[in-house]
Amino acid sequence: MTSSEPSEPSEAPKSSPVASAAKISDDSVWVLGANMTRFGRYPEQDPVDLAAKASMAALDDGNVTIHDMDVLAAGSLFNASTGMGQRIQKQIGQTGIPVFNVANACATGATALRTVCLSIKAGEAEMGLAVGVEQMGKMGLLGGAGAKRENKRENKREKKVFEPSGRYGAVTGTDGYIGTEGMPGVFAQAGMEYANDYDGVGFEQFARVAYKNHLHSTLNPLAQYRKEFSMEEIMASPTMSYPNTLLMCCPTGDGAAAVVLVSGQRLKGMPTEVRRRAVKITASVLTSDPYTESSQVQPDVNTLTRNAAAKAYETAGVGPEDLDLVELHDCFATAELIHYDNLGLCERGGAGDFIDSGAPFRDGSTPVNVSGGLISKGHPIGATGVANVYEITTHLRGEAEDRQIPGAKVGLAHVIGLGSACAIHILEKSATT
Amino acid sequence: MEADSPAQIPLVGYLRLGSSPHLVANECAHCGARFFDRRNACAHCGRREFTTVRVKNAARLKAFTIVHRAALGIPAPYVSAIVETTDGTSVRSNIVNCDPDPDAVRLGMRLKLTTYPIGTDDNGTEAVAFGYEPA
Repeated sequence: MTSSEPSEPSEAPKSSPVASAAKISDDSVWVLGANMTRFGRYPEQDPVDLAAKASMAALDDGNVTIHDMDVLAAGSLFNASTGMGQRIQKQIGQTGIPVFNVANACATGATALRTVCLSIKAGEAEMGLAVGVEQMGKMGLLGGAGAKRENKRENKREKKVFEPSGRYGAVTGTDGYIGTEGMPGVFAQAGMEYANDYDGVGFEQFARVAYKNHLHSTLNPLAQYRKEFSMEEIMASPTMSYPNTLLMCCPTGDGAAAVVLVSGQRLKGMPTEVRRRAVKITASVLTSDPYTESSQVQPDVNTLTRNAAAKAYETAGVGPEDLDLVELHDCFATAELIHYDNLGLCERGGAGDFIDSGAPFRDGSTPVNVSGGLISKGHPIGATGVANVYEITTHLRGEAEDRQIPGAKVGLAHVIGLGSACAIHILEKSATT
Repeated sequence: MEADSPAQIPLVGYLRLGSSPHLVANECAHCGARFFDRRNACAHCGRREFTTVRVKNAARLKAFTIVHRAALGIPAPYVSAIVETTDGTSVRSNIVNCDPDPDAVRLGMRLKLTTYPIGTDDNGTEAVAFGYEPA
């Protein structure tokens, strides 16, 4: 609902189109089909298998085929140079359409989705397939654990002479000597900086975020983990980087997600049942880091998220108070808490009160990560940005079963990759009944 | 005596050793933005002239984490931090000479730069890192 209109109870009769729900204009872009594999571990399959599975299911969901697609974008961070999109075509249909293989850190999947969106907006395509996939196995620490450093030490064993090298003239690896470069620590520091700036934020508030997401995941059959943990268990689990304990960190895993997008012009001619299930993309925004002083020495995950949120709300014509659900990038519990503030879900500085009040729980005023989030649903990097759009789409269609947010009409999906890249998509339920 | 001291090399190029160890930065001659690596143009204002400036050693703790799962070969737990020097420069560093305990590390605490050896190579040259310790 838009802020200018009175709110309707979710059990309002659906005999007439809700005034706020999205109408079909020619230049709009819609989700026609969507699917994701359950996130988890698939040692018997490879990333191409997983991506093909999600892609074919998304095509089936939209009642279209690969021969209807005008463009394909594939996101897989660890396979960025392997022609993932073309390898998927070999599995599901080689039609000669343009393929974009994209990599954009943890925003890889969302960037693939936005690439298809842009192709449709540009008038080059009427329909396109965006797929994100990753197979991480048990590589740990978002794949950043030790590998580089090991190679460096290997070389040092031969030479064992300190010589300055690289942009900082370092004589050996700096991770652990000049602070941490590990993801749990980088995001811990981001959370602690917020705790420094504002009252009411500490270990317990960060732990409560993880408590919520583990709890939410018990209702999601597609989540990698579906286990509830008590606050005590979360706070007592092994510390990775204080305040992030093991149960406050997302796992690594495997999985794929895919969406089929269609232009409004094309959607208009489709059957009522198809139009009813279509979900409008009312904003698709991608930002990078503007210059900030502190981001020269540590990633600043805040500024580019705030910028993306402002642009997304303006484009979609909604505000945070209109969101029925949010899927945001909770790679670590500390990250989710600060994004409440960055996305304007709470007052400036009020993220601690926001989680303590229960607002982001599924029965609260702004349900956040009802899928279980990255913390429990999982985070196969390339798949994540497509999977959170799948999640929002499923709720707006009213098809989320046990975890359905009743009457959901507007939702927001957010991802951030360090470096940095932030993508926000705002989605709106169809007005067709 | 100098002859008895091993040769030293700083861990990174922006650490200057000697009698008064300190950090140096490339400062934009136009807007004053500071960078610890080389830049083609200022990431803030786009101008291309830089000067090398000395960064103040006194600082305040802006953010920290206590790393228990560290990179290979790094003793853990240790305190990783973002500090802000009294001349307004953010620095990533370890906090040293302070217990790696949330009760001992306080946000906002006053700090000062210090140096310590981290290893010796086959030529007997000692690598020296910097850290910040409670002031």
